[in-house]
Amino acid sequence: MNTDLREICKDIRCDLMTSLGHLGVGHVGGCLSIVELLAVLYFKEMNIDPKNPKMAGRDRFICSKGHAGPAVYSTLANRGYFDKKELLTLNQGGTNLPSHCDMNRTIGIDMTTGSLGQGFSCSVGVALGSKVEKDGATIYALIGDGESQEGQIWEAAMFAAAKKLDNLIAFTDYNKMQIDGTTDEVNSIAPLAEKWAAFGWNVIEVEDGNDIEQVEEAVKHAKLGRGSGKPTMVILNTLKGCGVQWVVDLGTGNHNCPVTEEQAKAAVREIRGEE
Amino acid sequence: MEMRAVYAECLAEMMEKDKHVCVLDADLAKASGTLNLYKRFPEQMFDCGVAEQNMASIAAGLASYGFKPWIESFTPFATRRICDQVAISIAYAKSNVKIVGTDPGISAELNGGTHMSMEDIGVLRSIPGMVIYEPVDEVQLRAAMPVLAAYEGPVYVRLFRKELPKVFGEGYKFDLFKADTLKEGKDLSIFVSGMLTADVVEAGKLLAAEGIDAEIINVHTIKPIDRETVIASARKTGTVLTVENHNVIGGLQSAVLEALAAEKIPVTAVGVEDRFGEVGKLPYLREAMGLTVENIVAHARKAVSLK
Repeated sequence: MNTDLREICKDIRCDLMTSLGHLGVGHVGGCLSIVELLAVLYFKEMNIDPKNPKMAGRDRFICSKGHAGPAVYSTLANRGYFDKKELLTLNQGGTNLPSHCDMNRTIGIDMTTGSLGQGFSCSVGVALGSKVEKDGATIYALIGDGESQEGQIWEAAMFAAAKKLDNLIAFTDYNKMQIDGTTDEVNSIAPLAEKWAAFGWNVIEVEDGNDIEQVEEAVKHAKLGRGSGKPTMVILNTLKGCGVQWVVDLGTGNHNCPVTEEQAKAAVREIRGEE
Repeated sequence: MEMRAVYAECLAEMMEKDKHVCVLDADLAKASGTLNLYKRFPEQMFDCGVAEQNMASIAAGLASYGFKPWIESFTPFATRRICDQVAISIAYAKSNVKIVGTDPGISAELNGGTHMSMEDIGVLRSIPGMVIYEPVDEVQLRAAMPVLAAYEGPVYVRLFRKELPKVFGEGYKFDLFKADTLKEGKDLSIFVSGMLTADVVEAGKLLAAEGIDAEIINVHTIKPIDRETVIASARKTGTVLTVENHNVIGGLQSAVLEALAAEKIPVTAVGVEDRFGEVGKLPYLREAMGLTVENIVAHARKAVSLK
């Protein structure tokens, strides 16, 4: 297994862009913004075995912002869960790689998500189950910033703290954009850190959620939360579209946008530093 | 014995045997009859507080971890309020979660229109893979609980929580997917679910005194409906009456009509006529909604006249 996380991020981004380019459209921005987190979790921190994807007591990752499925699939393929060729079936009829995560279809996916807010509650249920089983697993969950406008997120936040689920580490992909505009324009979630702290969570803020070292450090720090009796929220200040300039330049237009094969190839060259 | 007491007893037996059986509440454990189980099974009982959406999705998370959760609330909050969580976290994700809605239809009585679900069967019936079961009495419920638990997948239990007259006797065998013929007859088929079953049995006696020989069938599982039994009975008698404590749109009548779509057999209904509930006690609500033995008899006569 490759352990150079910077190189791994490049691989994940390249395979992601290739799969989206092959399809022609997708949730590009919010996939690119979470790549560093996925690399750190799947290639460094998580107790998982791609050869035994249902291993009992394994750590789990629940992508509550289910539309980032393509980024997770690219990560899983790079980690050896399935052949990279399968990435080209993304969203084709009959595929095992649907736009939103589906645990019944995709090897390595721990929860079916896509209806925003629900996956986070599911991750709380998983963390509760792990606590009851006393299997020592760490449950990781990722929510979107737009998703944080769902009331269910805060129901789950309240319950996780009340039940002292310190085996739960959640991340917010705080790229500050959603479909209809910036989160501040549409329905501000600020002050986010104060909200989570008020709900009884440990809070870690990462200045640059696309800086691999900062993410590594934050996850390491978050794991120390076990024993604190509190779940931990890591707020990742990210750039929507990170790694591909034309996607970044689209701004809020990059949530779900067309990607031509040419654009995907150019993106790969850009990510590899070839132009 | 109250239905909720039977239900809680059955849950306790299951939790005793299997530590993965668990129960989730949304601040209505007292109403569901399960509050006293919290002390006995502290690692299997979880109160989520007044947050039904969270409860449903947490249950799905627990199910993905190998647990066998039952979630409980009043019928409107276990169905229409959390429809998307039931559809996605539970049904679409193929989560083995049992959903228990108490106080169906007019049995919400003094809680009134806001708590009175006339549409819960309709809401859930349109979700793929959902099994919908409505118990008739404590004998059937006791027989059904282990069968529901053994069924891998989502089931909605429409639970009247207080006492109901016994319809079934000792030795009753429950088949989740088979309707129960309570009385054979030749003049009309009456299909009924839930709390009104005893009333239909009573109506059957009054009809017999008039010389009308009704076939009475308890359709305890509204989805998937036992098409074979429904079609065979309707063909035999040539006319049908459905009786339900639910909107006539979306519930038992609709399920029977769908089963009989290819048959040229008239179908008449006693049920809530596409209106919301209101506050009141059962005798008043039965009159207000037409869910009385007299109205069942009148509609049975009408059904026979349509042959």
